[in-house]
Amino acid sequence: MKSAPFDYVRAASAEEACELLREGGDDVKLLAGGQSLIPMMAMRLTRPSRLIDINEVPQLKFIALEEGVARIGACTRQCVVARDDGLAARVPLLRKALAWVGHTQTRNRGTLGGSLAHADPAAELPLAAQVLGAQMGIRSASGARTLRAPEFFVGPLTTALEPQECLEEIHWPVWTERRTGSAFTEVSRRHGDFAIIAACAQVAVDDDGRCTRASFGLTGGGTTPLAFPALAARLVGTRLDDGITQSAAHDAAHELAPGADLHASANYRKHLASVLAARVLREAYAEARGKS
Amino acid sequence: MSEKRHAVAIEVNGVTRTGEVPARLSLVDWLRDELRLTGTHIGCEHGICGACSVMLDGEPVRSCLMFAVQADGHRVTTVEGLANPDGTPSVLQDSFCETHALQCGYCTPGMLIAAQALLDAVPQPTEAQIRDAIGGNLCRCTGYQQIVDAIKHAAARLARKTGSESNFEAL
Amino acid sequence: MTKFDSDPVFRYIGKKRRTKEDPRFVMGRGRFVADVALAGMKHVALLASSHASARIVSIDTAAALALPGVHYVLTGEEFCDACDTLQIGVDAPKVTRYALARGVVRYAGEWVAAVVADTRAIAEDAVELIEAEYEPTPHVVDPEQAVREDSPLVHPAHGSNVILHKRFVWGAVDDAFARAEHTLALRAVWGRSSTVPIETFGVAAQWDAGLEILDVWASIQMPKFPDQLARALRLPGNAVRVHYDVDVGGSYGVKRGLKHTVLVGYLAKRLGMPVRLIEDRLENMRGGDMHGPDRIFDVQVAFDADSTLRALKIRALDDVGAYAGRSPFQLGKPVTAICGPYRIAAIEYEPIAVLTHKTPEEAVRGFGQAPTNFAIERTIDCVARHLGMDPIEVRRRNLIRKEEFPYRIPSGSTYDSGDYHTVLDKALAASGYAALVNQRDSARRAGRLAGIGIATCLEPNGGNSGFEPLLNPKNDTTTWMDSCLVRVDLSGAITGVMGTSSSGQGHETLVSTVIGEVLERDPAGIRVVRADSLQALPSNSPVGSRMAIMLGGAAAGAARKIKETLIEIAAHKLGCTMESVEYSEGDASVRGHPDQRLTWDALIAIAHRKIHEMPPGIEPGLQAKFVWEVPTGGALPAADNTVQIYPCYSFEAHVVYVEIDPDTAAPVLRQYVCGHDCGVMITPDIVHGMTYGGIAHGIGAALYEKFSYNEDGQLMSGSFMDYLLPSAMEVPAITIVDHCTPSPLTTFGQKGSGEAGYLGAPAAIANAINDALGTLDARIDTLPMTHDALWQVIHEARTRKQNP
Repeated sequence: MKSAPFDYVRAASAEEACELLREGGDDVKLLAGGQSLIPMMAMRLTRPSRLIDINEVPQLKFIALEEGVARIGACTRQCVVARDDGLAARVPLLRKALAWVGHTQTRNRGTLGGSLAHADPAAELPLAAQVLGAQMGIRSASGARTLRAPEFFVGPLTTALEPQECLEEIHWPVWTERRTGSAFTEVSRRHGDFAIIAACAQVAVDDDGRCTRASFGLTGGGTTPLAFPALAARLVGTRLDDGITQSAAHDAAHELAPGADLHASANYRKHLASVLAARVLREAYAEARGKS
Repeated sequence: MSEKRHAVAIEVNGVTRTGEVPARLSLVDWLRDELRLTGTHIGCEHGICGACSVMLDGEPVRSCLMFAVQADGHRVTTVEGLANPDGTPSVLQDSFCETHALQCGYCTPGMLIAAQALLDAVPQPTEAQIRDAIGGNLCRCTGYQQIVDAIKHAAARLARKTGSESNFEAL
Repeated sequence: MTKFDSDPVFRYIGKKRRTKEDPRFVMGRGRFVADVALAGMKHVALLASSHASARIVSIDTAAALALPGVHYVLTGEEFCDACDTLQIGVDAPKVTRYALARGVVRYAGEWVAAVVADTRAIAEDAVELIEAEYEPTPHVVDPEQAVREDSPLVHPAHGSNVILHKRFVWGAVDDAFARAEHTLALRAVWGRSSTVPIETFGVAAQWDAGLEILDVWASIQMPKFPDQLARALRLPGNAVRVHYDVDVGGSYGVKRGLKHTVLVGYLAKRLGMPVRLIEDRLENMRGGDMHGPDRIFDVQVAFDADSTLRALKIRALDDVGAYAGRSPFQLGKPVTAICGPYRIAAIEYEPIAVLTHKTPEEAVRGFGQAPTNFAIERTIDCVARHLGMDPIEVRRRNLIRKEEFPYRIPSGSTYDSGDYHTVLDKALAASGYAALVNQRDSARRAGRLAGIGIATCLEPNGGNSGFEPLLNPKNDTTTWMDSCLVRVDLSGAITGVMGTSSSGQGHETLVSTVIGEVLERDPAGIRVVRADSLQALPSNSPVGSRMAIMLGGAAAGAARKIKETLIEIAAHKLGCTMESVEYSEGDASVRGHPDQRLTWDALIAIAHRKIHEMPPGIEPGLQAKFVWEVPTGGALPAADNTVQIYPCYSFEAHVVYVEIDPDTAAPVLRQYVCGHDCGVMITPDIVHGMTYGGIAHGIGAALYEKFSYNEDGQLMSGSFMDYLLPSAMEVPAITIVDHCTPSPLTTFGQKGSGEAGYLGAPAAIANAINDALGTLDARIDTLPMTHDALWQVIHEARTRKQNP
């Protein structure tokens, strides 16, 4: 399983990477962690004519904790993101999601941006981005733009990135409510595998335990990760009692309309979606209640 | 039409090694075929089995999922570099022999890399941490039991060496 | 060698010792086939068929050949004329098999062309340039459809897809069913999985035109490999030299790469350059022909109200894929333990091997016993449930008692020794059974699905070819030997020589320990090397868990010859009878006269260079070879189809506790205990290691692993992303408790144990899952029991409850 031949160039900066993307064709690809791209190349499912290696671009590797937002460079290694305590305090869902992502070795090499740009329909980081409404900072030779997560994830393995664009940094909104709780869970065949269904939630409550803000989502349905803002809005003002939580979870599963694959039938996925959505809502709510 | 070659200088087990590599040559193939460091093994070439694990700048990675050219300027440690400077087996390698943590030996170099990386970061891991650390290294011979025992054994011995507390009794 | 050493006190056997093999592997100094670099070596890549069944219209290799770095492109047109078909063990001579397809392809993944190039990467580039045109033809992938008259035929020349169909009746089966108080029928399905070693199959070959020898290095575990290779290449047997000193990265039965080797051997000879093929993982999964049993069991059991088993009928339909070698024999070996460890007087067994358009099946660890044990153990639990009895009690009543050994089962094999009740008790005690039941029950009260599973199973071992003539009377093979040569050199150092490869079983440790035991010399100083196939150490390779018995026995036999020679030399030199020589740790003295003594060094010196002091008729030098035929073997089946197959029977009792999340259907193995009796263990760490590993294989087969095919015969789980091997997170901590009932048939009382754990784990896990599901009146008898399959069963049961 040796890759087909390709040209290789190591970019020294994001600008250079974008310039190289511009002058290349449609089959020029960025090489970040390689944990998803290289297996596909080894199986000759994809054969880029040129790879632009962005692993050595310092400006793409950073974590900046700012007011109300955490900015993370696209080439920041997943293990670095997981280890950062300041980040975990502000965007706890990232560390929780990363606990389910692959294995130590893949997280040592895989990048945050790489996972988002690859947009596997069962991947954990895209789900977290969708639920938190992360913003993608995108650069090309002709300029820069920002896309919010729902616009970024277009379909399975498909994002709104144009062939000549490079994901540069991702902005993660920080919830400043004191009583905020979050949860991420999934069912996969083995530990570290892609999710059959993954769910995550973030909930804020007031001092009386009433929900003031909520966001939750599901992935594994076969398309893109989905957040459910309308369903989450129904939770605001409530104490997420069983009936309300189940109802929201059930409706979310219905909206996800998951498909089948080798590892799970559509009905099982739909059932899991409902179960896991309810679980993360309950867990996030409980964690929020427990804060002082 | 021959492939363009890229010059690389990579520190491997403490020694800078140079070469001229086609871009598509994987790191594991470079180590094995060019440097003849055949201790690192290939099991799947798509990043699942972990037999190809090496340390890149001290952290375990799958060398089948890197091109050699990407490692230019970096530090690589293979199983051949885990032994003591005088060539004797490390505490971990010796513990693998003590508990018989291998049978066919094929996954072993990757296991040792993953285990050594764990002990470097967490000198006294719990059993759960051990299983998680080797969770990305597949073995079909041992059922993992004696491997977990070996890592516990090594942790206990290393604790004795440094005079610190251990989670485990050396077996 | 028909008595065992009755002295239970061993010097080296049974002691904790480090193995000889481990040190080189931890240092990264193994020598696997991919590490063998031959000067000027070329590399092979394969073009595989994408169709399950098709006529090959044309293959255009021009563009591939024109690629710089490519030396040759071989297709079946040339290859199948130049070589002979690989042999099939059952009576189906028209089912021919070659490494490359000719005219037709019979499974998706079948190799159609081979490219030889300077590098593997270039070879793969060239493969993509080959233009192959196919005309798809009707295919069949369902074995129950394949047995029907109207099915498309995989090998039309054979006339049907059934290559084996036997029906054996041992005892008054119909009578027992007619008179039984109870009968039950069930279907148990063993999904297609395999042992999938982390190292794929690889082979390198080099033809020396001057010597006219083909040298072969391969990751091989196969009986009669050099012979079959020579035959297929139309070479005399002594023109093939297989080097067994290649480390094999795991095999567990499947590394039978005969087709790969014939291909590479042909290319090496044809091109006059060394050639190597290392399967990549995609080639391995689809075209490496290493899939395991794919079996549907229909079982009927007749029993009394008190659970006494009266008769058993087993129909086993195995889907062997598009071609077959030894694989159909995996339906025959279980005849040696067809009733498991139970007292059942009447048994009917109907094995059927059917061809389909899928990857061919190969021998897998246990050679069919693991699926058979699964079917038997599910039956026992179903009997228990039917009667409302404890599955442990049903087993206690029906397990053969220790007083009954040696015990002859209706199909003709005699179980050598055992104490099944004690092993079961030990396993239950180690599991803290009473507390475990409480744990299970309180988990249930808390709303979780929880179950305890028991399996009591046999691991027949020692190997034997008795199933070959049983399944194919034209195949009258009865020899199943192994051998060892022991040599003491002039310096007094001991070397043992064995004639086969190893894949992690620790044979060097085994042989040195046994030689050391007999000669009373420290095994640490005993070296073990491997002879190549021309160096005359006949072996049937490590299959059927036979090496502890056979290689151990042969090593002991050779060492005993050496010891006898030394005693004879001492007697002659010391002027006494052999009987009055006292041998101790290599020194010999006259009994009662310790001053009249010859040291080891002195004895060696006489043996090697003092012929004037040697007793007459003794060969100078000090080496001995011992070839041992398998004990109890050597007979053809009787007219009533009874035959002694394997000589020895190890036993395992598994106690497994599982919890299933009632909402997600995810199973978790919370506790795993295995009671194990393989007689005398020569190196306990090695035995335990293989048992842990066997259990891990069993967990894979039970819960995770399946070669899944779609309707078009495409393998959907052809990489490690979809074929799921359990990691250290899926395999729980395992406790093994040992028991020892020595075998009366072997040198030291040892039995084999290479297949331990695997033969019982899937059964135990299935029983645990079913115990958990039993609270919902749900049941699952198909492996693997995936999350989805469990959920379906749970969901259906809940729906039934809501709509009774």
